[in-house]
Amino acid sequence: MAAILAPLGRLLDSDLFYSFRRSPVTVVSALVALVCLVGAGLAPWLAPHDPFDLASLNLIDAFKPPAWMAEGDATYPLGTDDQGRDLLSAIMYGARISLLVGICAVLFSTLLGVGIGLAAGYLGGTVDGLLMRIADIQLTFPSILIALLVDGVVRAALPQEVHEHIALFVVIFAIGISAWPQFARTVRSSTLVERNKEYVLAARVIGLSRPHIMLTHVLPNVLGPVLVIATLNLGNAIISEATLSFLGVGVPPTQPSLGTLIRIGNDFLGSGEWWITIFPGAALVAMVLSVNLLGDWLRDALNPKLR
Amino acid sequence: MQPILEVRDLRVEFATRRGTLRALDGVSFSIMPGEVLGVVGESGAGKSMTGAAIIGLLEPPGRIAGGQILLNGRRIDNLRYEEMRRIRGKEIGAIFQDPLTTLNPLYTVGDQLVETMLTHLPIGAAEARKRAVNWLEMVGIPAAAQRVDSYPHEFSGGMRQRVVIALALCAEPRMVVADEPTTALDVSIQAQVIALLKSLAREKGMAMMLVTHDMGVIAETADRVAVMYAGRIAEIGPVRAVVQAPRHPYSAGLMASIPPLDRKVEHLAQIEGAMPRLSAIPEGCAFNPRCPHVFDRCRAERPELLETGATRAACWLYDPASEKQAPEALRHA
Amino acid sequence: MAAFILSRILQAIPVMLVVAFISFAMFTYVGDPVAIMLGQDFTEAQRAALVSSLGLDQPFFVQFARFIGQAVQGEFGLSYRLSRPVAELIAERAPATLELAFCAAGIALVVGVAMGVYTGLYRNSWLSRALLTFSLVGVSLPPFLIGILLILIFSVWLGWLPSFGRGEVVQLGWWSTGFLTWSGLKALVLPSITLGLFQLTLIMRLVRAEMLEVLRTDYIKFARARGLSNRAVHFGHALKNTLVPVITIAGLQLGGIIAFAIVTETVFQWPGMGLLFIQSVSVADIPVMAAYLLLIALVFVSINLAVDLLYYAVDPRLRVGRGRGH
Repeated sequence: MAAILAPLGRLLDSDLFYSFRRSPVTVVSALVALVCLVGAGLAPWLAPHDPFDLASLNLIDAFKPPAWMAEGDATYPLGTDDQGRDLLSAIMYGARISLLVGICAVLFSTLLGVGIGLAAGYLGGTVDGLLMRIADIQLTFPSILIALLVDGVVRAALPQEVHEHIALFVVIFAIGISAWPQFARTVRSSTLVERNKEYVLAARVIGLSRPHIMLTHVLPNVLGPVLVIATLNLGNAIISEATLSFLGVGVPPTQPSLGTLIRIGNDFLGSGEWWITIFPGAALVAMVLSVNLLGDWLRDALNPKLR
Repeated sequence: MQPILEVRDLRVEFATRRGTLRALDGVSFSIMPGEVLGVVGESGAGKSMTGAAIIGLLEPPGRIAGGQILLNGRRIDNLRYEEMRRIRGKEIGAIFQDPLTTLNPLYTVGDQLVETMLTHLPIGAAEARKRAVNWLEMVGIPAAAQRVDSYPHEFSGGMRQRVVIALALCAEPRMVVADEPTTALDVSIQAQVIALLKSLAREKGMAMMLVTHDMGVIAETADRVAVMYAGRIAEIGPVRAVVQAPRHPYSAGLMASIPPLDRKVEHLAQIEGAMPRLSAIPEGCAFNPRCPHVFDRCRAERPELLETGATRAACWLYDPASEKQAPEALRHA
Repeated sequence: MAAFILSRILQAIPVMLVVAFISFAMFTYVGDPVAIMLGQDFTEAQRAALVSSLGLDQPFFVQFARFIGQAVQGEFGLSYRLSRPVAELIAERAPATLELAFCAAGIALVVGVAMGVYTGLYRNSWLSRALLTFSLVGVSLPPFLIGILLILIFSVWLGWLPSFGRGEVVQLGWWSTGFLTWSGLKALVLPSITLGLFQLTLIMRLVRAEMLEVLRTDYIKFARARGLSNRAVHFGHALKNTLVPVITIAGLQLGGIIAFAIVTETVFQWPGMGLLFIQSVSVADIPVMAAYLLLIALVFVSINLAVDLLYYAVDPRLRVGRGRGH
């Protein structure tokens, strides 16, 4: 027990937690993010209905407005969609996919970017020049365009049956690969600074190998900025996934994310069933906004020299 | 004769989260037409703050909390922004410390001169341009007719400071506040710039408040000197008296810390301790914790400027009613 | 000046070559263009004839050179999906996208800079705080959601503006414009705002941050100390210096508008290049994708060039060779 409480006490005592407590906006965002995380992560256990259980769907229940409206039904707090699915449950399951793709994509681009940045910064020379030139060129284009293109190419290269199986991974790959240059650049510049510090020289003098020095000495020193970029990128990755799915090229229809739900709802906007698209949209905004606010706070609190 | 600038009991305060800090407290002095007043002291003593208060450009949250500033007998500390703006440049010029950052990099020096003159003087663009070339010549820029169309980055630091001087004087103010005008320059250039300032001031009959921490510059240029300490004036008087025979223990310490040129010394005198922070200015005389001559009264009562003969000093040693009087070392000859 | 432009163009060439190479690789190796063009029934001889007529039996570099030669002439072959020349398809759709992008960029720049200057100068006013909060929401709202919200409010609920399409267009030679009819202008409003809003908030935050930075500089203090009017200090001195960094980033952002047009065009069923592209991606219509990619790259490279030239015009420090010594 004490072993658990000691680090907790340290955390509650730290500057980081102090700056967290002092900013009400941050506390609220953290709460919202937590609700999103729990609601999405535990969707199969918390959701009132199983939107994928075709047996329980009944078209009579379709297009029910939210519970507080005249024709609403208390079993469907946020109403139902065109197939009679409970919207709240669909949103929870959708948020699960959105978060999963977002987090995996950020992890992927972090690993890729940090690896490339370390290599470029530590090895220098031609490798550095080539990698950074590629990053420059890619940074010229908006990441959503890169993601679209990668998705399109993979779609063209793979037979349809194969693609449907791995569509989720394709989206993660496409979004992940579109965001690595930012990580690579930051890590590279920090590495250049760290590389010439005395402790790294000392490590070289005692004969440690280069990869070893990079991983054990340089890497820990660049993690602060990386954490901040990763948080800020999580919001972007979630938006990218939603955008791809909204455009109909993201996750497969069998695993609808928030973007897919918004796309479906968009067809019924004109006929007045606004809730089918607005509630998933609101969930998306709540998720992205809270993550972005947390990222902003983290950047100010850790205050690494970003930009 | 009426002084061109008179500062009476000026008080500047900063509202901070931990309460109000008093950056200037009871600062009074006057400058006569054509006179150069040097203002010296350590960093943070309030020299630059006094200059900023006079030109009405205190940075918020700093504000004038008391006292008066009079220009030609007219109060200017309580003017609205727009009224004060018409005075800045036209009646009081200002010269800043770092010529590398004081000039807007995107405009030619000519444009900046012309803009300033058109703002304040009843002249046309053609006349303004002619005068701009004239001014550049006057501050000693070679080939002024061509250089008028150059951008600031095309000049060296010393030349840029000459441009800054031209800009400060081009609307012909009768009074100039020069805030560390040579500190950012190479030592070899400093003397030239000071000589230029001095000759221009004499030629135009201009009064000048010269803020610096360089005693050499003061000795060379000023007619009178004010020594500042912790937001107050410690001593004020003719330059010769203050430099050669300072009466306030702080000025005495300051002067003793200047290496003499005519003899070798083993150790330079230094004043023990450091100037207090604004949030921790001691009771009584602000200098009392560091003063070698301190006695009880210094810790209890705050001294006003007292006559000492040649100068006026804020020190109880010069009050005949004090139980301790100035020692021989401060009486000089 | 000429040397400056030339060096910038030379720098742009590798970028275009890399993009061309990616397009070419897609064209050649992704999917099987021969199979797609031949359809179901074909003989081996037909196949061989097509392969050699497409030059697919030639060495790699010959093929690449031929691809570039054709691309320069705007020759990208037939769309798999629509069986029409890609160049023709794009030329048909370009005016819609360009007019939309132009309006969105205009809104983003004019309103973004104005709001940025205002929030920078009066940073404690309630309006500034409101605008800042609004901008934070703007950055977190995906563009397609903004479009959906605008449609819901202004088309569905209020019924003021159309929710899809370009309205009536007027044909000026090959260019079709929506600027000349009332319905065309009305149709432009919602898509332009949707497309411009994200860039608007970014430009506003950028201008504000730069403005705050510049207002703290010595030359602004000195400009005030010279008694220049507020107007001259704020707009003549502060804003102009703010523009130097703003131009770069805003330029890149405006390039982003062309790319984000894909999303906006989907929301509003706007018959532009973006809609064409997204329809091509979902069916893997490689020739259209390749052509679109090259076109976008060209737009980006041109914008970068324009940004460099503007930079050159605004900042005299870049005009090397003018210095007349110290």
